Amino acid sequence: MLLKTLITRLLTMIVTLFGVAVVVFTLVRVAPGNPIAMMLPPGASEEDIARLTALYGFDKSLVQQFFIWLGGVVQGDFGTSITLRQPVDQLVLSRLPATLELAAMALVIALLLGGTVAVLGARNRGTGTEVGLDLTSGAVLSIPDFLWGLIFVLIFGVLWPVLAISGRIDPRIEFDFATNFYLIEGLLRGRFDVVGSTLSHMVMPAMSLALPLAAMIAQLLKQNLKGELVQDYATIARVRGFSETTVILREALRNAALPTIALVGVQFTFLIGGTVIVERLFAYEGLGNMAIDAVINRDLPLIQGIVLLFAAIFIMINLIVDLSYTLLNPRLRHG
Amino acid sequence: MTNYPLSRRSFLGASSALAALAASGLSVSAQSGSNLTIAYNIPVLSWDPTTGPAAVNPVLQSYYLAVFDRFVGQKPDLSFEPGLLTDWGFSEDKSTITMTVREGVKWHNGDDFTPEDIVWSLERAGNPETGNPIQFVWGKFGNYRIDGQTITADVLEFEPTLFKWMAFLTGYVLPKKYYEEVGAEGFEKAPIGTGPYMVDAMEQGAYVRLKAFPDYWGEKPDFETVTIKFVTDAASRVAEVESGSSDVTVNMPYEDYDRLIAKDGLSGEAIPITDIGMIFLNDIEVMTDKNVRLAAHHAIDKQLIIDRLLRGYGVPLATLEAPGYAAYDESITFDYDPDKAVELLAASGYSTENPVKFTIQTTRGFKPKDYEMIQAIVGMWRKVGIEAEIEVYEIAKHYELRATDTLAPAAFYNWGNSIGDPSTSTGFAMFGPSPHSVWDTPDLIEKIAPLFGEADEEARIQGYKDVSKYITEQGYVIPLLQYVMPIVYADSVSVTPYTSGDLLPQAISQA
Repeated sequence: MLLKTLITRLLTMIVTLFGVAVVVFTLVRVAPGNPIAMMLPPGASEEDIARLTALYGFDKSLVQQFFIWLGGVVQGDFGTSITLRQPVDQLVLSRLPATLELAAMALVIALLLGGTVAVLGARNRGTGTEVGLDLTSGAVLSIPDFLWGLIFVLIFGVLWPVLAISGRIDPRIEFDFATNFYLIEGLLRGRFDVVGSTLSHMVMPAMSLALPLAAMIAQLLKQNLKGELVQDYATIARVRGFSETTVILREALRNAALPTIALVGVQFTFLIGGTVIVERLFAYEGLGNMAIDAVINRDLPLIQGIVLLFAAIFIMINLIVDLSYTLLNPRLRHG
Repeated sequence: MTNYPLSRRSFLGASSALAALAASGLSVSAQSGSNLTIAYNIPVLSWDPTTGPAAVNPVLQSYYLAVFDRFVGQKPDLSFEPGLLTDWGFSEDKSTITMTVREGVKWHNGDDFTPEDIVWSLERAGNPETGNPIQFVWGKFGNYRIDGQTITADVLEFEPTLFKWMAFLTGYVLPKKYYEEVGAEGFEKAPIGTGPYMVDAMEQGAYVRLKAFPDYWGEKPDFETVTIKFVTDAASRVAEVESGSSDVTVNMPYEDYDRLIAKDGLSGEAIPITDIGMIFLNDIEVMTDKNVRLAAHHAIDKQLIIDRLLRGYGVPLATLEAPGYAAYDESITFDYDPDKAVELLAASGYSTENPVKFTIQTTRGFKPKDYEMIQAIVGMWRKVGIEAEIEVYEIAKHYELRATDTLAPAAFYNWGNSIGDPSTSTGFAMFGPSPHSVWDTPDLIEKIAPLFGEADEEARIQGYKDVSKYITEQGYVIPLLQYVMPIVYADSVSVTPYTSGDLLPQAISQA
């Protein structure tokens, strides 16, 4: 059953990615802003324009350009960035680890914070503490991630400068990375100066991304916990002498977590999307920051590569969420 | 009770990580001694300063000038000085050029710099296949001959500004032997030049670390190591210098500039640079009416815009030639005169009750207060009988519309010209056949065209002054102001600002 679902979803994924490729290719070409016009020097003649247009392959028809690009993509060649003059796949893959590490850290923070607040709220339901936590969650949720970023920069970057404002690691650190997963590699190779510096650079952007999601998790999980805590099995657990906290953590949490997992899955994709602005703000060298530069410079091959990769990530995450949901929900597993 | 096993090893690991985090957190301040940290507003896109779009991006030239040398150098005030060429010039009959190559220069890899490098760089730049955007200049010379340290070449088509271009975009010398060995991709990964700094390390999208080149032929730079962080967001750049994480930063909002330089430990420089704000007028619709054009210009109080929106940082302009440019003529003025504007519009049948209508395009946030400036101008226009609708677009769209001559009747833009030559400002901005001009009337084309090939330098400059005067009288463009570039730096350093707008690490020293 699970294998069949997996195969069906993988096939659907290929069709979806093809659709995304068509849409992205068309959109970036019909969008205003011609990359050749941006690099024209003063005094360029019609011949110069034609020469540059041919040099970057924009002299062919849209359909021809699409199939040339698609043919390359199928063979793993995503073209060459116009501005960075390097293969798109190399560029995108070199930046992806930074964004994944940031998004994963934000997710962990959001789960820990949101989960803790939800359990506290459910434990103190009907009291002033619950109202206070609800109000705080609402307030946190109403502030967008980039604004949190600015607040953190002001507090921990300027007023009390204990965290790094920009970049991903201290440029003074000498370390020959084998991968671009700085945090993971630093941990695995026991270079705690690298770990410390990476964390120092990641805390603020990760917190900015995490807070709105944490508030969302807190609200949803608390509601679900409250629903589960009035069920018979929770009452039986209390009769058996378990404390309220134990009932929540050992009995109710697993059932209440299912809708939260679905939410987290969907929100994680938005979280990766949110890195675009936050990475810009913190000059964090991830995929989002690169995407903004690519759009500003009308670097069409790079835009296409980044969007296609984002699409693949979103589809994969949704697939993982669906599979996790199936595994955790007995009704779906045996259905 | 649940047990959570914590091994000695994991405890030590976690403790070390926390300690390292704390330590790195506490040491976020900028480097000291012979190290300098700059928060710059754009990342390095490519390390080949002669090909592709990066080569013509003025903001990237600061990086290139730290690592490479140009054929001809340029001083902070725009005047020229010997670079890798110590002498240069046209023959009397303008049929050949002669260049003398500097001796005793080394490449960063230790190779000797030779006249062959100069010839190879010029031939490569002139080859249409290499993708040099300024090929239209470099391709006008050929048949290079080397005799010792002297190079001569034939003029295939006379270009009076050739040697100025040698101090401008793509006018860099690259290493023939090394480039041929490593190829374009290898050069991107490990670029070498003859400049005062060598590329020591680079993290794409994050920073570049430069190291002083011990064998540099010129004055040794003051800082041994320079780290340039790529911080594109202005608020983050401000925070960088305010927190002490960086020693120097540029291009922040003027409000922040004033606030920062008032703080203890920070200083600043704000000098006019070779970048101007202007409104392109397209010879379509109502802009074919001279009265409308002149009225639109007379109605703008440029000084008020500078004072109110740019906190006084800017210089009002009457022509596209700013003070310091070769063809700047202070006798050409254009008054703010709203009454005159009303009069001119009335002559064409327009009034506040029956306003003349057109669209003005502008970017928003591309240049300081660009949109706000246009809003203010539209407000000034409304008072005299001009009703302009603002259309906001991205800068990429502007380039596309300008190249296809489809800009709106009015369009805001900024024009840079770091060599200060009139051909690269008034010339290309107003010469109809240029892809950068949208004013195509034959009268102006006839006046500008001969100046591109004028061999007598004095006559060429005077010709551009005359053209500027004519353009002002006809109202073919609305020059607004010369921008001021704000630089903020820690008191521990001293910065020499360049009128070209470059921020050069070698021009920063310890105070």
